[in-house]
Amino acid sequence: MNQLLMTVAKRLGLGLFTLLIISMVIFLAVEMLPGDIATEILGQMATPEAVAAIRQELGLDQPIVSRYFDWLSGLLTGDLGQSLATGQPVLELLDDRLINTLYLAGTAALISVPLALGLGVIAALYRNTLVDRAVSMFTLSAISMPEFFIAYVLILFISVQLGWIPSMSKVDADQSLLERLQLTILPAITLTFVTCAHMMRMTRAAIINLLSSPYIEMAYLKGLGPWRIIVHHTLPNAWAPIVNVIVMNLAYLITGVVVVEVVFVYPGLGQLMVDSVAKRDLPVVQAASMIFAATYILLNLIADVVSIVSNPRLLHPK
Amino acid sequence: MMMTKTHSSEKVPLWRKVLSGLAEAPPTGLLGLVVLFTYLFVIVFAPWLAPFGEATIVADAFAPWSAEHLLGTDSLGRDIYSRLIYAARNTVGITLMATLLAFVIGGALGMVAAVVGGWVDQVLSRLVDMLMAIPLLIFALLLLMIFGSSVTALILILGCLEATRVFRLTRAVAMNVAVMDYVEAARLRGEKMLWIIRREILPNILSPLFAEFGLRFCFIFLLVSSLSFLGLGLQPPTADWGAMVRENAMLITFGRVTPLLPAAAIAILTIAVNLVVDWFTHKASGLSK
Amino acid sequence: MIDEKDETTNRPILEIRDLIISTEGRKATRQLVKSVSLSLAAGEVLGLIGESGAGKSTIGLAAMGYARDGMRISSGEVLFKGTDLLKLSERKRRQFRGKRIAYVAQSAAAAFNPAHKLIDQYTEAAVAHGVSDAATAENEAIELYRELGLPEPETFGQRYPHQVSGGQLQRAMVAASMACHPDILVFDEPTTALDVTTQIEVLTAIRRTIRNHHTAAIYITHDLAVVAQIADRIMVLRSGELVEEGKTEQLLEQPKQEYTRKLLSVRNLHKDDTGSGEVVLSVDSVSAEYKPGVPVLQDISVQVERGRTVALVGESGSGKSTLARVVTGLLPPVKGGIKLHNAPLTPTLKSREKDTLRRLQMIYQLPDTSLNPRQRVREIIGRPLQFYLGLKGQEMEQRLKELMAMTELEEYFLDRFPHELSGGQKQRVGIARALAAEPDLIICDEVTSALDQLVGEQILNLLLKLQKEIGMSYLFITHDLGTVDAIADEVVVMRKGKVVEQGRKTDVFSPPHKDYTQKLLNSVPEMDPQWLNKLLAEA
Repeated sequence: MNQLLMTVAKRLGLGLFTLLIISMVIFLAVEMLPGDIATEILGQMATPEAVAAIRQELGLDQPIVSRYFDWLSGLLTGDLGQSLATGQPVLELLDDRLINTLYLAGTAALISVPLALGLGVIAALYRNTLVDRAVSMFTLSAISMPEFFIAYVLILFISVQLGWIPSMSKVDADQSLLERLQLTILPAITLTFVTCAHMMRMTRAAIINLLSSPYIEMAYLKGLGPWRIIVHHTLPNAWAPIVNVIVMNLAYLITGVVVVEVVFVYPGLGQLMVDSVAKRDLPVVQAASMIFAATYILLNLIADVVSIVSNPRLLHPK
Repeated sequence: MMMTKTHSSEKVPLWRKVLSGLAEAPPTGLLGLVVLFTYLFVIVFAPWLAPFGEATIVADAFAPWSAEHLLGTDSLGRDIYSRLIYAARNTVGITLMATLLAFVIGGALGMVAAVVGGWVDQVLSRLVDMLMAIPLLIFALLLLMIFGSSVTALILILGCLEATRVFRLTRAVAMNVAVMDYVEAARLRGEKMLWIIRREILPNILSPLFAEFGLRFCFIFLLVSSLSFLGLGLQPPTADWGAMVRENAMLITFGRVTPLLPAAAIAILTIAVNLVVDWFTHKASGLSK
Repeated sequence: MIDEKDETTNRPILEIRDLIISTEGRKATRQLVKSVSLSLAAGEVLGLIGESGAGKSTIGLAAMGYARDGMRISSGEVLFKGTDLLKLSERKRRQFRGKRIAYVAQSAAAAFNPAHKLIDQYTEAAVAHGVSDAATAENEAIELYRELGLPEPETFGQRYPHQVSGGQLQRAMVAASMACHPDILVFDEPTTALDVTTQIEVLTAIRRTIRNHHTAAIYITHDLAVVAQIADRIMVLRSGELVEEGKTEQLLEQPKQEYTRKLLSVRNLHKDDTGSGEVVLSVDSVSAEYKPGVPVLQDISVQVERGRTVALVGESGSGKSTLARVVTGLLPPVKGGIKLHNAPLTPTLKSREKDTLRRLQMIYQLPDTSLNPRQRVREIIGRPLQFYLGLKGQEMEQRLKELMAMTELEEYFLDRFPHELSGGQKQRVGIARALAAEPDLIICDEVTSALDQLVGEQILNLLLKLQKEIGMSYLFITHDLGTVDAIADEVVVMRKGKVVEQGRKTDVFSPPHKDYTQKLLNSVPEMDPQWLNKLLAEA
């Protein structure tokens, strides 16, 4: 048991360390921005005095190391600075949008994860049959399409021609859950398409890989039925790869969410990030990048911990 | 290389191999190949195929489909059909360059890490782990904000970011080869690292690398398109499929399919590449048996 | 008519008639088993023997109505007590598998599910088939574990597969196969992956199980001496066809077919002492470790004289291959030194001169991984000629042809790729590559253990011939004492990184022996069907 805890602790430590490095990368990346942020804010016409004043206000006259630590401690205490574009505190800007994005990604995950796992297992069981080939053709097409293609096809048919759901997903905090769900459904379906296809292909591959192991043949030769073989002999060994698949695709949702939010004008973190990049609103971009990266690292961490914990060699040491 | 190669009757000329390979190809693979060649044709002969210039304003905004403007015109009155054709050059060109860059950097470092091992491998692998811990699109957005959306910046940024993925795969497959006895035999013979990479490792990892090239191409292609769609990729007036979708998106609300056409062009090329890669990996795995 | 009593006792419990198994595929299917028939009486043990590609495992699985992915039972009958398993639905067939006919796989480490306890994998079949409830099955399991000499039988089953040793795991699988008290057991090379001393334990366990429970069995192996200990009757197979069949004693004493005779004669190679007294390689009190503080080799000294063969013998983990890594410079020793022709070798590979590297060549165990699949034979053998000796053009061509002749390969193989050659031919190319460097010493690492017996024998003969003709010296690493007898002048017996005994083969192999050497020698199965009986009686 000790060994197990040690391994998990090590992995957690590594995750934290990665996060720290990433914060440095993001901070430094913005520092490398050509030109001066102060000029950026005030425009080319600014007087030197105004620039100097702003520089002092932003702490730009401090050495880089102390600015990094200021920024980092701000991150940890929730003080993310102010948007250069609107002057609003970044935290305020992010707050609702983060919830919206999590709501969208969560809905997409709730649909796509069970669907993908189910289809993946079925495709693996009926591998090399017509069903399998049809499914694999479909998934191949789905992963080949850009998200905005699927999104606009949905809009064209469901919003424009059928008029069922508006094409703009203007959710806000005042709407009822049902209203919200209705507005979220099109972006969620779009995300589901792509992630589900990815996940299904990987689940299929992971299961087929396991099905060819000698202990599965042994289970067949014991005269066990197909369901017992899948549930009792394959699944316990499949957790690690399957969780890996799920997490990789949840992480993929993060990327997908940016494009989909823009298409549906969904007020989420992704849209904010794209807008802020276009406006060069540094504090917002930094904060949004940190949130995306932290989520991504956290998900990978979970996958690794699950695969460590489900490994019988670590669970039951000699 | 320096060896005298007597061509015996055993050797089959390349065109023969290609022909017999095509004859055995599955219909999906052939379809993919045909589509690829069609795109290639369009890319090469774009100026001759397009009736109008890439950025020339030729009519009113949002003109409907007509004999003169096959697919109508866009918000500025440019011929969409012509722009669709030119965009093939721009988008595919950038993707190809970025993919090549990713393979040059990632492939070379991956093989070095696998063959040399030790601290070189440790340092490179940890560095790549770190870089890969930031979601690609987010990282790309961040970098584009800093360096601006020039063509060179796009190629460099995407190439370097994707190089991490190429590094991982190359290192993994090269590791599998590096533990083979024939590589040990070469080491024991006293061969230099470059010779081992070139003669012993590279020929044995070409097929997975080739398949990966196809997949990476698709990935970068979709990424470039997404960035352009977001307005942060290729900048106007350069024609680009992703950007064209964005420029004409409002037509969708009038029930017109025009904005879907560039998106479909992206999807079809990606599917075709995937089909060819599938066929190829299938064939490669069959050969090794 | 036959009287009724005869009918029930003499009727075979399993009958396979005209079984044809072929590869599955749209075109060009190949027959793996070509119309084989066999019958097995109740309580009888039938040995299926043959080299790789003989189709013996495929037949064994077909006896359970099972064909692996990519294979198809195209025709024939598999009658279990008169019921044709092949005509049943998959669901009905399942009621026979594990219950009436059970299977013991080659590698227990792979065939046990890593996620479940051993006891659960024992009771599983019994419960699934409704033979007994879990508690009863568990008690039976403990009884069987005890019977098979497994440690702490009461709690043994509570362990997970990775928590027990290879030999114990293999015995646990034999036990698990008995869970439903089957009528027939199919053993598929159950001792092949084991060390010789472990092989004895498992072989004894298998025989005890079969005899105590009067179970019929099909025992599949490539090793005639092993099957002789256990089978009542033996069928010799080759390329999916029956070569010869007979009672064990009869087949061993009077084989009818040339092929069987060859299989029997393999172990009769023997080499007499040769040598010159001129020391080529000398390893002086070498110690080595992979991790600091964990020695893999301790104080090893070995000398190889010109024209002689020194065999390093030991089981897995004895450090014999590590010694080869130290000699070649892949693993620098922590203590001691190595001399080639009395000149000290630098410890690391990088610091050695090209000419030093040339003098030490190596031949590997697996011909499949020792040749680059993307290089033609010409390039594989030609590279050392060019690299060390600077040959090119006509000279190179001439030398290539000589090397091909020396290793008894046809010249046209020069333009072939490795995958176009057989295992034995590939190994010859490996030898030719070593010879191309004109070395003083060749290290042979288990060079015959991946090959079929007859092919392995030819390779040994080739190595002997080369020694005689050009006075080559070998450092020969092997786990197989039969091979040692065939090729060695001197023997170094190793165990856990230490030398147990070393000296001339004639001295080491004749009494009095050190304990471990004795055990090793005793463990090598002999063709005598009474060998195991005698051994057990002595012990």
